[in-house]
Amino acid sequence: MIWLWGALAFWAAAWFVNARIAASPVRDTKGARIVVPVLFGITLLVLWEGLVRAFAVSPVILPAPSAVAQTFAASTTILWEDFRQTVIKGAMSGFAIGASAAFVTAILIDRSSFLTRGLLPIGNFVAALPIVGIAPIMVNWFGFDWQSKSAVVVVMVFFPILVNTVQGLREAEAMQRDLMRTYGASYLQTLVKLRLPAAMPFIFNGLKIATTLALIGAIVAEYFGSPTRGMGFRISTGVGSLSIDLVWAEIAVAALAGTVFYGIVAWIEKRVTFWHPSQRR
Amino acid sequence: MKDKGDPVIVAKGLNLTFETGDGPVHALRDVNLTIAKGDFVSFIGPSGCGKTTFLRVAAGLEAPTGGTVTVNGMTPDEARRKRAYGYVFQAAGLYPWRTIAGNVKLPLEIMGYDRAEQDARVKKVLELVDLQGFEKKFPWQLSGGMQQRASIARALAFDAEILLMDEPFGALDEIVRDHLNEQLLALWARTGKTIGFVTHSIPEAVYLSTKIVVMSPRPGRITDVIDSPLPKDRPLDIRDTPDFLAVAHRVREGLRAGHAYD
Amino acid sequence: MRNLVPVLAVLGAILALWYAAVAPMNIRGALDQAERSGAVVVPEGSAVRARTGTWALVFGNTEHLGLAYALDRPRLPTPGQVAHELWKTTGEMALNGRAMSKRSLLYHGWITLQSTFWGFLLGTTLGILGAVAIVYSRVVDMSLMPWAIISQTIPIVALAPMIIVLSSQMGIEGRGVPKAIISAYLCYFPVLVGMVKGLRSPSASQLDLLQTYSASGAQAFFKLRLPASVPYLFTSLKIGVAAALVGTIVGELPTGAISGLGARILIGDQFGTPLAIWAALVAAAVLAGALVTLLDLAQRVTLRRMGMQG
Repeated sequence: MIWLWGALAFWAAAWFVNARIAASPVRDTKGARIVVPVLFGITLLVLWEGLVRAFAVSPVILPAPSAVAQTFAASTTILWEDFRQTVIKGAMSGFAIGASAAFVTAILIDRSSFLTRGLLPIGNFVAALPIVGIAPIMVNWFGFDWQSKSAVVVVMVFFPILVNTVQGLREAEAMQRDLMRTYGASYLQTLVKLRLPAAMPFIFNGLKIATTLALIGAIVAEYFGSPTRGMGFRISTGVGSLSIDLVWAEIAVAALAGTVFYGIVAWIEKRVTFWHPSQRR
Repeated sequence: MKDKGDPVIVAKGLNLTFETGDGPVHALRDVNLTIAKGDFVSFIGPSGCGKTTFLRVAAGLEAPTGGTVTVNGMTPDEARRKRAYGYVFQAAGLYPWRTIAGNVKLPLEIMGYDRAEQDARVKKVLELVDLQGFEKKFPWQLSGGMQQRASIARALAFDAEILLMDEPFGALDEIVRDHLNEQLLALWARTGKTIGFVTHSIPEAVYLSTKIVVMSPRPGRITDVIDSPLPKDRPLDIRDTPDFLAVAHRVREGLRAGHAYD
Repeated sequence: MRNLVPVLAVLGAILALWYAAVAPMNIRGALDQAERSGAVVVPEGSAVRARTGTWALVFGNTEHLGLAYALDRPRLPTPGQVAHELWKTTGEMALNGRAMSKRSLLYHGWITLQSTFWGFLLGTTLGILGAVAIVYSRVVDMSLMPWAIISQTIPIVALAPMIIVLSSQMGIEGRGVPKAIISAYLCYFPVLVGMVKGLRSPSASQLDLLQTYSASGAQAFFKLRLPASVPYLFTSLKIGVAAALVGTIVGELPTGAISGLGARILIGDQFGTPLAIWAALVAAAVLAGALVTLLDLAQRVTLRRMGMQG
């Protein structure tokens, strides 16, 4: 029971500290903005560890975070191989292809108001669909290796980025377009100097949505067949063979990969759209 | 004193009708006007009288449905391609992702000036509008008045012969506006540009202009054209002189005669 | 309605492209089948054809192209085939009184809809409660909000098999609960974000006004913050319900599922019946469309009653 009380005591103490920080004048500093959520996250881990130990939960059902960490450290080779297969080969390649295709398509259809009005509602609708379901079809078309995962990702990220880019390109105000006309600016000059920069917040919004979708697509597609490596493969076989701590280690990798990928895109966004009201300091 | 130069903008029998869901709207009907080189012409009238529309037609942003307008003997489209216009809107419309210097540089980049020339011109016009030292600031770090001055600098940067200003100070408070009016007059005196200026304010129109065009709505048309008898050198307190008040009175009469407030 | 003609035109173009793509996609299967039934195809032999370009096969065997549009197990079915399969597994079965048979998509759609509903309900409740806590407590705001964002960057599908195993180990029968959890996980976030925005949307002067009446916190909540958040709520509910459906289907995909549209996709894959996969996909799309439309209608009616939208 010591574990349970210890965990609960830690929870209470952490909450108290956070409450004090949130009520104190330092709450708007960068440090406080990092410390408070981190402390909260650690609390969750401690609670998890405490509950698992206190009630002696079978590791087949739910391993403690410490056990997961041990497995993680012991199987970095496997984890790295799976990471390369799923994230770098499957998700990243699909993300790059899908994002570029969506971007080019958006710029092409933007020139025609007819096409824009036709494609925008359809794109919006398709972006809300459970596109992951096409995974088995893509595995059938492109084989078991990463190409089929990439294909699923391409389709999944295409529509959110397309819709956001098209909307972003319409963002430039009529007045600013008129200004470009009084300068006698060409279509290309208006696009590069006005409309693309104005569209950037929207484009990044689409890219951020797409980062998560890319990982989801790559992992699900592996449930439908893959070579004997990959995070989705390891998770589905690990669940079957009851090596649950390895599954949790893979989940940790997936979570980390997702967060870092999102973080990188958000970091670039901050650099590119520093001028947007939502990014200003 | 009047500055009667060659005609720059000549409108003859200008008509513009917009087709809307509620039937046609006569934005301009039978407008005849000649603006001479070096004139400072104000357009005044209530909303919907066509003053902004006239400016847009003169700049080739809107095509008339009847009549002609020529700019230096060319069509507005040709004149635009010759970079005849500097246009200033009510909102400064600076690009938030460019610095003040970058914004002023924008038209110069589009028109293909070389780097050294761009930098020299940016420096010159920022001095003209009294913004030296703010080159590296972003627009959203400046006050509304400073943003509007930067947008004027942007319009001046490429030596457009004609400056078209659509209520440039409409969103600013009275004190800032007075200050900018003074600066604008000084700038006009130094550069000798032809200026078309849209405003809602009678004192502003009278204080700035050599010629005041009074317009009225439904249909948009000119009801009076007043040549100002005020001297070219105008301190702010000229607004208390009888001459000034007389012109202001005539403008007000013109607005009333056009049933502006029905 | 202004967009109706362009949308129809684009849809028509997509269908045309789809039909055009069927021939090259299915030509190899069609030629194999034709050869087996004794027809003459160029070149002969499946192995030889594997080395021949697709377009050479298409234009060298124009008389067999019809077959590419009528295969039993096509790589790419025609829209007509998909529509026919969809009708066979929904309307036709319903007419025969077998609407709830295990082979009927109506049955599987119903299973998916139930999980989606519970997930949506759970996610929406959590999202709204979380938003209220975030708006009213700075500690919660500072500690929870970053994790809410991070939770959405974690690919939930990695967790899905785990959640299913966990709930069955804990003695929860069937897939209903884990599916609802996954769908709630995807659905709560847009609701949370939208509600935080909505609850914070009243201006400082509106809040000050209530303070001059010395209104209580609860009064300020029910008379100002809550009504002000309604438009935001509906917008995020529409995103949330689509996300909940995605979550349910993701929960139905890992091995072992037997009912639900996701399971139909899985089973179609295992038994090599692509038409079943395509029909289930279309059914999922129809379901998503119906759910979003339903909420859109609710939004219009509610906002009109509240006088927020004409």
